[in-house]
Amino acid sequence: MYAQMVKAEGAKAREEMSEQERAFQDRIDRGEKIEPKDWMPEGYRKTLIRQIGQHAHSEIVGQLPEGNWITRAPTLERKAILLAKVQDEAGHGLYLYSAAETLGVSRDELLAALHGGRMKYSSIFNYPTLTWADIGMVGWLVDGAAIMNQVQLQKTSYGPYSRAMIRICKEESFHQRQGYDILMKMCLQGTPEQKAMAQDAMNRFWYPALMMFGPPDRDSVHSAQSMQWKIKINTNDELRQKFVDQTVPQAEYLGLTIPDPKLKWNDAKGGYDFSEPDWTEFFEVIAGNGPCNTERMEARITAWEDGAWFRKGLMAHARKRDARRAAARLAAE
Amino acid sequence: MPSLTDVMTADADLTRAPGIRTIAALGAAPENAFAEWLCRMGDNCLILGHRISEWCGHAPVLEEDIALANTALDLIGQTRLWLDLAGEVEGKGRSADTLAYLRDAAQFRNVLLVERPNGDFGHTLMRQFLFDAWHIEMLRALQSSADPRVAGIAAKAAKEVAYHLERSADLVIRLGDGTEESRARMQTALDRLWPYTGELFMGDAVDQAMAEAGIAPDPASLRAAWDSTVAEVMATATLVRPGGTFQHRGGKQGRHTEALGYILADMQFLQRAYPGAVW
Repeated sequence: MYAQMVKAEGAKAREEMSEQERAFQDRIDRGEKIEPKDWMPEGYRKTLIRQIGQHAHSEIVGQLPEGNWITRAPTLERKAILLAKVQDEAGHGLYLYSAAETLGVSRDELLAALHGGRMKYSSIFNYPTLTWADIGMVGWLVDGAAIMNQVQLQKTSYGPYSRAMIRICKEESFHQRQGYDILMKMCLQGTPEQKAMAQDAMNRFWYPALMMFGPPDRDSVHSAQSMQWKIKINTNDELRQKFVDQTVPQAEYLGLTIPDPKLKWNDAKGGYDFSEPDWTEFFEVIAGNGPCNTERMEARITAWEDGAWFRKGLMAHARKRDARRAAARLAAE
Repeated sequence: MPSLTDVMTADADLTRAPGIRTIAALGAAPENAFAEWLCRMGDNCLILGHRISEWCGHAPVLEEDIALANTALDLIGQTRLWLDLAGEVEGKGRSADTLAYLRDAAQFRNVLLVERPNGDFGHTLMRQFLFDAWHIEMLRALQSSADPRVAGIAAKAAKEVAYHLERSADLVIRLGDGTEESRARMQTALDRLWPYTGELFMGDAVDQAMAEAGIAPDPASLRAAWDSTVAEVMATATLVRPGGTFQHRGGKQGRHTEALGYILADMQFLQRAYPGAVW
């Protein structure tokens, strides 16, 4: 899940709504898509900007931990696949910034908010990728968790966001497969050292992956309004449970141990019982105290600032070219 | 301890010293010129692909991240085709991966231009343009190679490289004819990289053997078309072609700059640290 703890505004009971707001809610309840030019409550617009913006930021910050291993990928094929994957993530960022722009906020404004610390990205990207097995783990667990969230968001009420999600989901399932494929090679055909590397990655990524779904429902203050607006379809805990149930057999196939002594199948609920992540750690990471928060933000800000001359150069050229064309048109008339 | 040669010793004396190969000694045709030549093609793609992939996530704008990753992806794809064929022609059972991951710097055959550090984004784009303008001419010529495998790879790669050139030329023009700062940066990049362009056109015994076999063109024959592309783009970009005539050389024969060792230390880390492991 690439958007966590998005603050939702303006939760209202039906009787508190204006006529316009009630009509809007009725459209959502009928399953209609809201399009950019349609009337929408200010809270809906703001919440979506936060959620889509955070999601977009996660895609571009997410390039960093994986990009970290492109130059060290162990074979030419792995290098090519990883390059293609990271390129997809940048592409997802592009669709999502475009979806956010339909709500009246520019990409530059969103980036300024990210760089200024006023907007967040997913907590998961503040964890380091220390070994090649981490690249497999990011594909399998992190993209797996992202898919779990994004599949439901294909049905989200805002048309441009929903359409971006449909496209992104197709690519994400390839990403998850590439991650799992890396781990199959290491765990099923690898040396004891490679298996140990994979288990170490599992130990480090399991709980951060569970945190991607956000805080437990009992503490999730913003969910109700977002669900009423169908900006969010399932609760954090529902998605987390689905993720665990899906992932356990996959881990068993790889011969990896999930680092949770309490993990146990529960017949009555038809799912696994599992330990909650350390929520103190989650809130620390969100607050900026994860292992890589500083590096990730520095990398993004440096890229932006060092690239200022490049962007200005292109803009200046575009103005010159337009002026020359205008002059040529005048001369021709 | 045998006496060591002093700095005044002429190359001719060094060639006679046992085990010491100099540029002069490299004039002799290697046993397997074709495999050697294929490594040059593959290594150019591999090292340049590596360099531009270093930008991933750090480009000045999202569209450039995507475009550079795309270019790197094309180049890595081309690397696999050239180096697989090099291994096949060499006949010692080496795959593209073995060649990429288990040779040391002195066995790499890329031109020095592609291993030059990225510098700022303008420097990266200028290096790309100077290489693309050569690469496209080489691939065009190779499509009529006497070896159908070479012609096939060239035909596929040429489609990709035509796009690389279109993009790099366009950006060089826009940044050259942009702001004062962008122009100054692009001119500096051109001045710095210029002495590494000559090697693209310098032939040696390997090139001669390839030309005689009808496999590849004489590198010098690509010069006129490259000059014309570069002149046209530089003029539109308001950049000045450097006047100096000195040109570095040696990459094609395995004599590299300090930069290559670091590239390989990164690239080959896992294969070296875990010998024989499959990934």
